[in-house]
Amino acid sequence: MQYSSKYIIGFAAALCLVCAICVAGLAVALKPQQELNKVLDRKEKVLQVAGLLDEGAKKPAAEIQALFEANIRSQFIDLETGARLDDAQLKERGIDPGNFDPRKYLSENGVDVEKNPAGVPEIPPVAEVYEVMRGESVSAIILPVHGKGLWSTMYGYVALADDGNTVKGLTFYEHGETPGLGGEIDNPLWKSLWPGRKIYGADGEPEIMVIKGQAGPPDVAPYEVDGLSGATITARGVGYLLQFWMGEKGFKPFIENFRKGGAS
Amino acid sequence: MSKSREVMLDPLFNNNPISLQVLGICSALAVTTKLETSVVMSLAVIAVMVGSNVSVSLLRNHIPPSIRIIVQLTIIASLVIITDQVLKAYLFDISKQLSVFVGLIITNCIVMGRAEAFAMQNGPKMSFYDGLGNGFGYSIVLLFVGFFRELFGSGKLFGMPVLASVNEGGWYVPNGLMVLAPGAFFLIGVFIWINRAWKPDQVEAE
Repeated sequence: MQYSSKYIIGFAAALCLVCAICVAGLAVALKPQQELNKVLDRKEKVLQVAGLLDEGAKKPAAEIQALFEANIRSQFIDLETGARLDDAQLKERGIDPGNFDPRKYLSENGVDVEKNPAGVPEIPPVAEVYEVMRGESVSAIILPVHGKGLWSTMYGYVALADDGNTVKGLTFYEHGETPGLGGEIDNPLWKSLWPGRKIYGADGEPEIMVIKGQAGPPDVAPYEVDGLSGATITARGVGYLLQFWMGEKGFKPFIENFRKGGAS
Repeated sequence: MSKSREVMLDPLFNNNPISLQVLGICSALAVTTKLETSVVMSLAVIAVMVGSNVSVSLLRNHIPPSIRIIVQLTIIASLVIITDQVLKAYLFDISKQLSVFVGLIITNCIVMGRAEAFAMQNGPKMSFYDGLGNGFGYSIVLLFVGFFRELFGSGKLFGMPVLASVNEGGWYVPNGLMVLAPGAFFLIGVFIWINRAWKPDQVEAE
């Protein structure tokens, strides 16, 4: 049977329309549930990086929620000065602390920064950090970080001990690196290399870097972490993004305040 | 044996998409380190395959031959996105482990192969059985590989310890090869070997 061009174009258009409606409708309908999963997943990652939740331990949502509320305090800071912001100051800046979406905030309020190796084009004026509470005092701080890997922007958390220098953990909650190569940044074995490393060198600048080959234990090589074979660019990206976010444009002012003032 | 049963059971061992047609190897290597991901991936592929076979078959008399491949691809791609979205909403953990491989079902040759070779010529009912059968044929290999990789690679099944591994104070030294992709190659090889020893007519003539 011979089909006219009109029929072919009409058929293609109709098919595209039907498929598009199905896909778009479903995506919109499932969005709330997916967002819920993402928020819960982020809380889980915060607990993991704080060492309060074992990796791979599957906990029901309610338990994660409870553990999070019992141990973690969310804190908003002014990135430039490193000062903590209270609810009134947040309101002034139009931020609702209960419903803060860091990525949306960044895309709407981001401030351009100069080109940097971490591939971060703009930074948010306000950031949400987490404090791990032990009784009334802060035993660790958890900072959100992101930067370019090979294919994707990698989003994660780094936990620092109360000296504001020693890494307690590093984890990524979202990235699109190649599974098996760059994706190995999720490997628990590799992540276990991080605790104990130091961020800042003697001059107070971030020194931490991912190197090629093996770095050895933290007391031998406090500023270096083993690279990932087959994933040089991803691993270097992790190093660069840490240097960026621990630097002057990142959380350094806050960390310095934190060190001086301690908890509260 | 009725035609529909034949269509459904044939792809299990007689005409298995992976072991005889050697299609869909990529995902069979990638997602089979654990039984859990193998099961979810199998279900996803079965769903997509049945959906695409039935829709292509329903449309088969209306699809202009000149654009049939792209039409099949559009249908398959839509179904894959739908599957991916559903997994993200209700099986978030597993969908994260499967990462890109759910999306890559689009490029799984089995799905499009069946749409082009079977669903374009047969009615929706037969195509449904064909999709189901080929989905099961794919799944059987995935489950076989996933079972042995998880058992020998980490001493577990569905995440539950079966062989107590040394890391957890037991006696079993996990076989690292099984966790890596080559382990899956060997297992698929073993599967093909067993399959052909049982059904010698599948052996290619010298």
